[in-house]
Amino acid sequence: MTLLRVDDLRTYFRTPHGVAKAVDGVSLHVDEGEVLGVVGESGCGKSVLALSVLRLLPMPPAYFAGGRVLFMGKDLLAAAENEMLAIRGNHISMIFQEPMTALNPVFTVGHQLMEVYRTHRHHGRDEARRSSIEMLARVGVPAPERRVREYPYQLSGGMRQRVMIAMALACRPALLLADEPTTALDVSIQAQILELMLQLRRELNTAIVLITHDLGVVAEATQRVAVMYTGKIMEEASTVELFDRPLHPYTRGLMASVPRAEATFETEALAEIKGVVPSVAALPPGCHFEPRCPEAVDVCRAQAPPLAEIGPGRRVACWRVTHA
Amino acid sequence: MPELLRVRHLVKHFPVRRGFLGRRTATVHAVDDVSFTIGANETLGLVGESGCGKSTTGFSVLRLIEPTSGEVRFQGEDLLALDVERLRARRRHMQIVFQDPFGSLNPRLTVERVVEEPLLNHEPLGAAERRERVEEALDMVGLLPEHRTRFPHEFSGGQRQRICVARALVLRPKLVVGDEPVSALDVSVRAQVLNLMVRLQRRLELSYLFISHDLAVIRYVSHRVCVMYLGQIVETAPARALYERPLHPYTRALLSAVPVPDPRRTRQRILLTGDVPSPMNPPAGCRFHPRCPEAMPRCAEDPPLTRAVATDHLVRCHLYADSPAWTPEAPAPATGAGNPSPEGGRA
Repeated sequence: MTLLRVDDLRTYFRTPHGVAKAVDGVSLHVDEGEVLGVVGESGCGKSVLALSVLRLLPMPPAYFAGGRVLFMGKDLLAAAENEMLAIRGNHISMIFQEPMTALNPVFTVGHQLMEVYRTHRHHGRDEARRSSIEMLARVGVPAPERRVREYPYQLSGGMRQRVMIAMALACRPALLLADEPTTALDVSIQAQILELMLQLRRELNTAIVLITHDLGVVAEATQRVAVMYTGKIMEEASTVELFDRPLHPYTRGLMASVPRAEATFETEALAEIKGVVPSVAALPPGCHFEPRCPEAVDVCRAQAPPLAEIGPGRRVACWRVTHA
Repeated sequence: MPELLRVRHLVKHFPVRRGFLGRRTATVHAVDDVSFTIGANETLGLVGESGCGKSTTGFSVLRLIEPTSGEVRFQGEDLLALDVERLRARRRHMQIVFQDPFGSLNPRLTVERVVEEPLLNHEPLGAAERRERVEEALDMVGLLPEHRTRFPHEFSGGQRQRICVARALVLRPKLVVGDEPVSALDVSVRAQVLNLMVRLQRRLELSYLFISHDLAVIRYVSHRVCVMYLGQIVETAPARALYERPLHPYTRALLSAVPVPDPRRTRQRILLTGDVPSPMNPPAGCRFHPRCPEAMPRCAEDPPLTRAVATDHLVRCHLYADSPAWTPEAPAPATGAGNPSPEGGRA
């Protein structure tokens, strides 16, 4: 069943240089219990997308220029602020890339975790403490009775991210938005945290939107993927399909620019995507990827391609694919 | 491949001072007995997780921080014995590219001023000649002559890193230390900068000490790789051997933890438990033993010696106690006969 449906969402920012269309007409859905990957490079709008769903953006400068965000049938963009308060951290929660800045440095870990239970579950002090210790144990924090009395600075990066996950999953939300949850972590810790998220998903049936730039993480943790570029979805497919048969030249470029396991500089040069990601304040008139695209033709320069459905669950925004 | 750099028993301890009198209360063992060599025209990859001492090693080699003890020989000359003047003169042959292309360029200097700075310090040239050298350096990294008069903020991250590379190369150095040079860049731009560094190595016969936490990048660019853990090198081998036959349990776990961009592949992952311990109080015995899936009783007590499992494959682990012990005083096996020939390396 569809849990979240984002419909033609447009999140724009007013800037001194004009309107920056950070998310520009994004449509996607997340089913109950599934893991959807959202992949893209910095500035593609993937984080703004997640923050829009929870309405956590500063407004102004941000504003919604259109679209709907339906969560279990309810339009979150039209919801009152007190309704959002009841949803955030309770039905939908979020974890961020940098766990140090996402935790409050002047309160103990226990205080911050207990707050979730006291706010949403109306637990008393002792009950909230018990639940907090239990949740910390569940996410693999050793000696949780001691850890609840510690401050974020006393924990390592991996432990902090575990605390963030404990807070995010405390109320067994239906949906977890994870924005680059393992990017700031070391490889060996990254593997632990990914494993933990997937294990908790199996236990609690929480759907996850996993936002990342790392194709390896996508391949290992997601069932479906949306590839974003300059505020738009360029391609959407099941994860296996996307890796087997990437259709958009941007997706193919991304995949080719990651060194393959057997490749060394002696045997082959890495495939490059020429140029740089254009600034959202100065986008090309046609397809946003056209200036960097090795396959661009005239129509690409004139008109942006629509995100066309070319098979079940398979969408791609490229004239070369849809008009071939 | 003649040897360009030889590092032996390098140690860097940072004192931790606390209290009113600034008494030394503890020591951070950032780098503890690190030895390696880099040949001419060779790339040595230095890989490890945060806090393992890889950047401290890179900085110590250039004496950007003063090592506590050890030996750093560059073309046979011990850099640690040099006075400031002579060290400065040697430094023109050794340059560095930092991780953050935003923090490492002065925002008030034009590209030309940034790139000519090393020339002003090291080569007394006329203005015309200097401009020629700057343009040559910009051209090498794929920037245009008209970029000379622009400021760093006008460039993207990838282009800024090109400026940093141009600044490092304008003196035509022999060794470039790259401290996570592509880690701050987006995937699509990372490939551009990596390809550039490889092309420049071929053209200019450079050696790289390439420091990164990214195992895929290290594999791609390196002839040989050193894996560091808590201030020590635990394994050194030619890149192919290290990735295909990792010997140290830490290397194996690290390689198995890297997410692979192939959804059909299911792997046996060696999940390490716990975090990297603090280098302030490294564990006794083998530093990896509290997290090691193959730890034996002796690992908690005896620090393992480095052993040569093959002439060019060194590992610091008790599992290989049958292999002969290795010291950097022995004839350098690391750049010796077993090394698969990197192209153009034997000039």
